[in-house]
Amino acid sequence: MKPVLKVEGLKKYFPIKSLLRTIAWVKAVDGITLEIMSGETFGLVGESGCGKTTTGRTILRLIEPTEGKIIFKGKDVMSLKGKDLLWFRRNAQIMFQDPYSSLNPRQTVFNIIMEPVRFHGIEVNDPEEFVVKLLESVGLNEMHLYRYPHEFSGGQRQRIALARLMALKPEFIVLDEPTSALDVSVQANILNTLKELQSEYGFTYLFISHDLGVVKYMSHRIGVMYLGKLVEVGPSDRIFENPLHPYTQMLLSAIPVPDPELAQELKAKRKMVKGEPPSPINPPAGCRFHPRCPFAKDVCRKEEPPLVEVERDHYVACWLYAKS
Amino acid sequence: MPEPILEIKDLSVYFYTYAGVVKAIEKVSFDVYRGETLALVGETGCGKSVTSRAITKLIESPGKIVSGQVIYHRNDGSTVDLLKLNEEEIREIRGNEIAYIFQDPHSSLDPLYTIGYQIAESMEVHGRIKNIKEGIPKVISILREVLLPDPESRVKNYPHELSGGMKQRVVIGTGIANNPKILIADEPTTALDVTVQAQILELLNELKRKYNATVILITHNLGVVAETAQRVIVMYAGKVAEIGTVEQIFKNPLHPYTKGLLKAVPNPMIKVERLEAIPGTVPNLITPPGGCRFHPRCPFAKEICRKKVPELKEIEDGHFVACNLY
Repeated sequence: MKPVLKVEGLKKYFPIKSLLRTIAWVKAVDGITLEIMSGETFGLVGESGCGKTTTGRTILRLIEPTEGKIIFKGKDVMSLKGKDLLWFRRNAQIMFQDPYSSLNPRQTVFNIIMEPVRFHGIEVNDPEEFVVKLLESVGLNEMHLYRYPHEFSGGQRQRIALARLMALKPEFIVLDEPTSALDVSVQANILNTLKELQSEYGFTYLFISHDLGVVKYMSHRIGVMYLGKLVEVGPSDRIFENPLHPYTQMLLSAIPVPDPELAQELKAKRKMVKGEPPSPINPPAGCRFHPRCPFAKDVCRKEEPPLVEVERDHYVACWLYAKS
Repeated sequence: MPEPILEIKDLSVYFYTYAGVVKAIEKVSFDVYRGETLALVGETGCGKSVTSRAITKLIESPGKIVSGQVIYHRNDGSTVDLLKLNEEEIREIRGNEIAYIFQDPHSSLDPLYTIGYQIAESMEVHGRIKNIKEGIPKVISILREVLLPDPESRVKNYPHELSGGMKQRVVIGTGIANNPKILIADEPTTALDVTVQAQILELLNELKRKYNATVILITHNLGVVAETAQRVIVMYAGKVAEIGTVEQIFKNPLHPYTKGLLKAVPNPMIKVERLEAIPGTVPNLITPPGGCRFHPRCPFAKEICRKKVPELKEIEDGHFVACNLY
């Protein structure tokens, strides 16, 4: 498989200003390297504030990165201009978390979906038929063509957002918590639709979520983020069967499982994480997880652990597995 | 036979809005047993929060409790219908014998007062301490109980100086300050991360054991239910769909809605090839569907479901379902 997207050493720092001077930096994303293969779903998980959304947006150049390389289909995204940048925008799309703020309330569904098509100058013979086909592929129909966003439920709005980005036939889609504003019964519907569309059109997804159950269901490979860094990357099954990083282990054991027997069993074995994630303004030196880690050694406090391959395609950034 | 501490009978709450009368909950009946953790589950708008608030008449205009009884069995054996009490009388119970923990710790604390003041205030109101200053040592011991680090100095902190998890600990502290008999926790961990959620649930469990309290836990997260509750009430569109023990609900769900809900949740510990979704969306409660409210989305719906409102029936010991199939 070919990588669609390569990210090397991606960093994004946001300044904190006081009296027009920068007094500190929020290190939202601090050196991320990853590759996403054609047709796969790469899941990015982590708790709030770990930088997963910033990563997704920076990759699309919706936020300019502070440092780092983004290669999309062999082209350096940072140096794209004019026509080439338009080509990138058309092929790399995003679906946002909140379906209540991502659709223009004054436009009909038809206009919402046609706007990017017109903007990119894509020739369509019969716009109405074109939009109806898109709506049908996401589980809506022509009845919905001239309605406004407020007439739809949250789940239906996410479907409209999906139809809008599919109109451009992108190769790569960032799904930023697409179901976290929805109820579970509706969530299952959207997730299934996303999977069906992927197997039909071969989309490549970057799936961002804090819900580990959802990420497992959707992803082929998973990256776990903690305070702006990737701490573990590997095939979905391996991450769940054999989590290596102490943070991943604790994250997994903290999920309440919807099965009473299993839940009691897992609860007894649970490894509780102490405290809460520290602020990304002055992250801890060395390994960022060390203040909460039960296995922290001297080296963890001083040096940052490198990402090393422990088993095939399974990487971890932890001094328990790396040699200093 | 477990002994009830609360009996909720035919409770209905309507909201009188410009768009029409929203029948938020209709004829909801169930018992809460002394010392148990009871989970109220359901999706957005199913009426679980409204039910929990109506127990102590915590319904604001345009909402109105239109009918029902909430019989509270006191420790001394006397009973009282909470809905018949006037505002003064119910205030003596609310926050004292029956306390709440709400979802959003950021909005349940007043940003202008220190956390010590806010916990002490709830004790002063209920006459546990004479004045706020005198209560501070007590507050510190409460903060220690909710495992807030460094309580002696934290007591002087304002809410903005604390993280979300710490704030929720303070809110729990306010909840237990008066040694309540019933603790109603409305989505206490929804605003928190999973690692912090695990800490808070653990804390709630411990406090419940220590104070011998009864907990009503409102949540949409079935994982949280499986882990913390003994009994479950599943609500759908303002009605009770199913009542049972955790084992009954998870191993032998009877209502098609409960079955659908359980299949729609991705379980992170099991490889799921395909989630089964429930078609359609939650109905509008101004004009809810006639008959069984779930029938438009139900794969087993029959003619009768369109017409007859199903009654709660006991199928096995302690396992009730409101469905025309049974």
